[in-house]
Amino acid sequence: MVENRPFLTVLSHLIVLLGLAIIAFPVWMTFVASTHSQQTMLQSPIPLLPGPHLIENYTKVLTEGYGRVGSTPVMMTLTNSLIMALGVAIGKIAISITSAFAIVYFRFPGRMYFFWAIFVTLMLPVEVRIVPTYGVVASLGMLDSYAGLIIPLIASATATFLFRQFFLSVPDELTEAARVDGASPMRFFWDILLPMSRTSIAALFVIQFIYGWNQYLWPLLITTKESYYTVVMTVSRQANVVDSVPSWNLLMAMAMLAMLPPVLVVVFMQRQFVRGLVETEK
Amino acid sequence: MEKRVTFNSRWLPYLLLGPQLIITLVFFFWPSGQAMYQSVLIEDVFGGNSKFVWFENFAQLFRDDSYAHSAQLTVVFSFLVAAIGLGFSLLLAVMADRVIRGATAYKTFLVWPYAVAPAVAGVLWGFLFNPSVGIVAWMLQGIGIEFNYVINGNQALLLVVIAAVWNQISYNFLFFLAGLQSIPKSLIEAAAIDGAGPGRRFWDIIFPLLSPVGFFLLVINIIYAFFGTFGVVDALTKGGPGHATNILVYKVYNDGFRGQDLGGSSAQSVILMIVVIALTFVQFRFIERRVHY
Repeated sequence: MVENRPFLTVLSHLIVLLGLAIIAFPVWMTFVASTHSQQTMLQSPIPLLPGPHLIENYTKVLTEGYGRVGSTPVMMTLTNSLIMALGVAIGKIAISITSAFAIVYFRFPGRMYFFWAIFVTLMLPVEVRIVPTYGVVASLGMLDSYAGLIIPLIASATATFLFRQFFLSVPDELTEAARVDGASPMRFFWDILLPMSRTSIAALFVIQFIYGWNQYLWPLLITTKESYYTVVMTVSRQANVVDSVPSWNLLMAMAMLAMLPPVLVVVFMQRQFVRGLVETEK
Repeated sequence: MEKRVTFNSRWLPYLLLGPQLIITLVFFFWPSGQAMYQSVLIEDVFGGNSKFVWFENFAQLFRDDSYAHSAQLTVVFSFLVAAIGLGFSLLLAVMADRVIRGATAYKTFLVWPYAVAPAVAGVLWGFLFNPSVGIVAWMLQGIGIEFNYVINGNQALLLVVIAAVWNQISYNFLFFLAGLQSIPKSLIEAAAIDGAGPGRRFWDIIFPLLSPVGFFLLVINIIYAFFGTFGVVDALTKGGPGHATNILVYKVYNDGFRGQDLGGSSAQSVILMIVVIALTFVQFRFIERRVHY
């Protein structure tokens, strides 16, 4: 602080705290709603403080789902989301680190051509080309499969760029030393480059895990079997079902479970997260 | 930039590039090409027959009132999302930056909305404003405002904007805070010695120095509002009521999957692709010049 103005400092704290309260309010209400019985949640005004049904509600959605016949237990959708998020994060990192290695450390015909081919994909989010992409996946017979959920989403240039940028900053002396010692390219990659990229990999992992977990439109389109539903799409889908008696308590418990894993990842890997955000935008 | 020292191998680089290239070709170039191809065809209602019609699909789009409405709506929507989001997060970042003790703690409390899926964010805000049980809707009713986003188009749009801004707030906040913390303290101190008060210092020193970050965030927020808000819209309003929240990216999906109008939807896809490419170009040009950040 440049000068001492206690009033302004207090005011700043107050404004930030008010902002935090506004931002946290929807999640607080979701949590509160998930701890009450269905009856309580049907009369307005709904309570502002948690109720006694927390364990009951969460056990119910985890093992039975939303509560109608044939609904998917959240345990299952959570597992699917986890598989999808891990698949997207790991897949993206794996294919982009190797292609960045090829582009930076080798000279071969068509190199720049390939580089630009990958670069173009930076530009188009799945939502934009959704109809034809669905067609392609359908004609490959990948509907209702983990491969269909994951593979179309791992083609992205951002990660390749990040690794390319990082590899370019690795000193040439290391490569020379490795070559003098007779290391093969793959040996160099495993023993030197990969350990050095640890922090970049961690940063990317956090960002891509969230990206994969939070996918909505894609799983919504390509899954018809409940055994492949992800948790984010189930929450939203149930919220839109026109039902005579909506079970807000169960729906909100599901929403809490859908938010929890990525939020925990961000909070506990905050440094990697911030780094990932800043780096992927460069 | 190029490496001086490289490896030699005839086949290894292709093997390393292979997976990424194959996935890019199959799931990117093939569908994009198909979108372009279909955008110049009109498919028979009964399937099977399709006719090459040049730019008829595009011409039809530009004549279509609902497309013009959707385009206008998208512009208004992204302006609102960017303006409210940037304003609010700048305020929070400036205030958090002012207090030395607590800035890091505040950061921890502000990073998590980013991790909430847009579709879930939509459900959360829909619950708060739900006409029958929503607590905020109930409070508003208490002060005489009838809030029902299910039937009122403007209120639906407002709610989608709020949910979209909420989802993006941590991103904006983190970049603004980083930008603020990179401004040399000596500049601020010098201004303070010359007698400039906090307000004056903000407008004359901090704000101009923050403008590159601000511009960068503006582009990112517009891209986000254009394409990243699909989940929010689908969870909250499904483009309704009427067409009050039917933004372009939602219309592509709606016309293609629900309306089964493949030619029209593909033409819309192609237009959106052009928009993304233009925006990305602006973003890259700008980042190249972003020297003092």
